[in-house]
Amino acid sequence: MLGVAIVTFLLLRLIPGDPARAVLGIHASPRQVAQLRQTLGLDEPIYQQLWSFLVGLAHGSTGTSIYYKVPVSSLIWAALPVTASLVGMATLFCVLITVPLASLAAARQDRPADHAVRVFSLVGLGTPSFFLAIVLIIVFAVDLHWFSVGGWGTTVPEHLRGLVLPGLTAAIAIVPVLIRSLRLGMLDVIGSDFVAAARAKGLRGPRVLLAHVTRNALIPSLTLLGINIAYLIGSTVVIERVFDLDGLGNLMLNAIGVRDFPVVQGVTIVYAIAVVIINLLTDLGVARLDPRTRLR
Amino acid sequence: MTAGPAAGVPLTDDDQAPIGSRASFGARAVRTPAFVAGVSVTGVIVLLALLAPVIGRYSPVQQNLLATLQGPSAAHWLGTDEFGRDIWSRLLYGGRTDLQVGVLAVLFPFCFGSLLGTLCGYLGGSLDAIVMRVVDVVLAFPFYVLIIALVFFVGEGTHGIFIAFALTDWVVYTRTTRGAALVATSQDWVAAAEGGGLSRRRVLLRHVLPNTISQAIVYAMSDIVLVILAVVTLGYLGLGIQPPAPDWGAMISDGQAFITVHPWLSIIPGIAIIVTGVGLSLIGDGLADLQRPQ
Repeated sequence: MLGVAIVTFLLLRLIPGDPARAVLGIHASPRQVAQLRQTLGLDEPIYQQLWSFLVGLAHGSTGTSIYYKVPVSSLIWAALPVTASLVGMATLFCVLITVPLASLAAARQDRPADHAVRVFSLVGLGTPSFFLAIVLIIVFAVDLHWFSVGGWGTTVPEHLRGLVLPGLTAAIAIVPVLIRSLRLGMLDVIGSDFVAAARAKGLRGPRVLLAHVTRNALIPSLTLLGINIAYLIGSTVVIERVFDLDGLGNLMLNAIGVRDFPVVQGVTIVYAIAVVIINLLTDLGVARLDPRTRLR
Repeated sequence: MTAGPAAGVPLTDDDQAPIGSRASFGARAVRTPAFVAGVSVTGVIVLLALLAPVIGRYSPVQQNLLATLQGPSAAHWLGTDEFGRDIWSRLLYGGRTDLQVGVLAVLFPFCFGSLLGTLCGYLGGSLDAIVMRVVDVVLAFPFYVLIIALVFFVGEGTHGIFIAFALTDWVVYTRTTRGAALVATSQDWVAAAEGGGLSRRRVLLRHVLPNTISQAIVYAMSDIVLVILAVVTLGYLGLGIQPPAPDWGAMISDGQAFITVHPWLSIIPGIAIIVTGVGLSLIGDGLADLQRPQ
């Protein structure tokens, strides 16, 4: 966590370019820039800046927004639930899409169904999220009127309805990788002795597939889901913009629009912390699922 | 960042049988369907992009306010956009920009990351420990968040894109090649080469590096897809290649205003991106297939 904070600070501060200049734009006078540098504490030596930044973080403060004139943390807390629900919805879709398609592909290896799933994965991998989002909006919101074009609504059912298309879009960004891993994992397990034993016992195909194969093949895929959740969370930034959801991503992009750099910095750190926490939870989840890694 | 092909794929033997024995590489490549399909698709796209000045017929930025938002015709094969610019020309020149930026942006991370990862895996020790710690921290950031934040602080446009990828994208190459170098270093033939009195430098360059580089190349193919998607996404957000230079992402975002009446404005560049992505992914798949020992 400390590493994440320090790297954010250094990456965003040491790269060429002056935040004060970025805030004021290229037409600002040198005096204005110097003044803002002083207000933001940018004229102090770098180690001192880093120290006050870390002290602030330890107190749960990530500075004050230049544009909104309120603490960055309050903006983040307001946006966090939207992004968290979107990530939750996307994860749900990941599982709902990956498990059946990977099972189908593994059960019908090298047959048309397997090839169809492979083509789906390839196309999914090559499609930028924002384009998929636009296509889904045209088909399901504009033409079919099943969902709204965007927005978050005010009640819980509206929230859920508003999250279906964004969640689906975010899920498809990483589903191809998951399908590939789960399919390979299932093919491995299908070839193993205990599956042959289950079959010999007289259990039928689908039951073997679900109870024996999927459960065992799921463990590596779950780890992979944990690794890829960082990518998924990253793609929600763009998806929130297309669907006009007021989550962290939109907060960050709006802050970029008005050159509000404390907000950009704060949101970046929150994202990274979220990923670290999720990775930790995945490791714990895998440990529970897999008896072999359980401690005693 | 998507995980590349799992590190630790069994590696081929040393000089007696170098990376899938070079003589037969071409012959085997031709028999790998994914590779052939990928090279064909990508080849056609690269060719179209290279020939843009010849077959583009119009300048991609030339406006004609008397002929805006036209459908396909003999004069404008794919119609025109809201400024009367020829969509076919913009598509070709956009591909030229996006492919160029995507490939250039991967170049530095590929070279730097692979060398560093190979060194870490082969030498180990404190260099390895420090570098891997940095890699872990950078990987903790969601890819798009980091890229967007960096491009904002460095400045929009291609300049910002190159710096952002140079700073972030090397970590995945480092991780992949470090794994491959660890596997290679533990092989008997490396011990034999060292025992035979070859210098560490020679062992590293002649025996370990060829194996790690081949893994890095496979990963690079899927990484180029990722980077091109990121470049068009930045373009879509207005942070990437700056107008009026044509870029597929910006074309989609410009077309979005007319999405209900003229959906092709966004859909045509979108399909171009998908076809490019599929082509490059197929090459990556094909290369991975080729590397697997028969």
